[in-house]
Amino acid sequence: MAMLQQAWLYILNNPLQFAKAAGVHVSLSVCALSIAAALAIPAAVWLTRRGGAVALAGINAANIGRTLPSLAVLALVMPVLGTGFAPSLFALTLLALPPILINAYTGLREVDVDVIDSARGMGMTMGEILRKIELPIALPVIFAGLRTAAVQVVSGAVLAAFIGGGGLGDYITAGIAMMSMHLLLVGAVPVTLLSIGADALFAALQKRLTPKGLQAT
Amino acid sequence: MKWLERNWDQVLLGLGEHLLISATALAIAFALSLAIGIWAARDRRVLAAALAISGFLYTIPTLALLALLIPFVGLGKTNAIITMVAFSLLILIRNVATGIREVPAEVVDAARGMGMSAGQILARIELPLAAPVIVAGLRIAAVTVISVTVVAAYVNSGGLGTLILAGIQTDHAPKIWVGALTACALAVTVDLSLARTESWLKRRSAA
Repeated sequence: MAMLQQAWLYILNNPLQFAKAAGVHVSLSVCALSIAAALAIPAAVWLTRRGGAVALAGINAANIGRTLPSLAVLALVMPVLGTGFAPSLFALTLLALPPILINAYTGLREVDVDVIDSARGMGMTMGEILRKIELPIALPVIFAGLRTAAVQVVSGAVLAAFIGGGGLGDYITAGIAMMSMHLLLVGAVPVTLLSIGADALFAALQKRLTPKGLQAT
Repeated sequence: MKWLERNWDQVLLGLGEHLLISATALAIAFALSLAIGIWAARDRRVLAAALAISGFLYTIPTLALLALLIPFVGLGKTNAIITMVAFSLLILIRNVATGIREVPAEVVDAARGMGMSAGQILARIELPLAAPVIVAGLRIAAVTVISVTVVAAYVNSGGLGTLILAGIQTDHAPKIWVGALTACALAVTVDLSLARTESWLKRRSAA
């Protein structure tokens, strides 16, 4: 408790420094997640259209990508792109791609073929079917993927401190290096809250965005 | 690659440590989850509580949990193992409980009708039938634990992360490459071999 109080005092005494670290952490996470979603969701749509060996290869690659340790991916980026915000963003985007891609692909594939057929029978174009039928039905599964990716990215952004990406991880590494418990808490507690917040936010969005007709009663 | 030729013993040591610490954590997590999962399969409230608590633990960022444990257990392997167990509980408990719950009620009834005791039903009917789902959970947990072990090197628990972090600190690319690629290869290998076990178990229980 005393340590928590000290950590709180530290934040009060260094508000700008803390705000900057938190800001970097949030922007790293939000940017990585947005870029990954902007790439992975269209890619999933394309893979479902394409099908066959290409789709299988894409999903297999995503499955392998998913198993790679976060710190290994961040570390591998460093010799190539150097240290700082941009390399960290690149690595975190890579980490966020597989769960979004796999879930979007699975969600789209699970849409009932009969539903798509009847939409086609009503004279809908491919684009309309995608926007009005397939994406809304797949949305809960897509959001489950975004949720997994969000938690992973917030957690991965802590590790970005190792390659100079900044963020709240800096307090944790400094705290461990100096064995200063309160400094370590200045990083660890907010980042835990951030991660739980991201998880709760996406859980709520997932619930709200599920079309009424598809909600479990 | 000259670095690797001269330091392959370091890499082997890191890999060995990595495997040992990951396997220890996984074994502890599995024993705990098996007990909690079996209990949760019989009681909805226990299941809800177990999933809520383990879900909370799962959301905490790895490095944050390692750091939060330092005031209590200090640096080292104990810290790392507690963190890894905390991260594996959600997946393992969920899969043990789901696997058991998915066993058809008729099958359990038939076993009871044959005079089997509750323990016999668990050991001979429920757990074997739940095995594919349980192994699917073990697969995800194993990959998670291997990934956490890399980060845990920062709290002095050894393993391949030691090479990676040393490489980052001294800006020595070969160390980073070898450490990170070995860790990736380890995760992929474990994932694929458990995937194979999973599909073998599925085929066996379908036959």
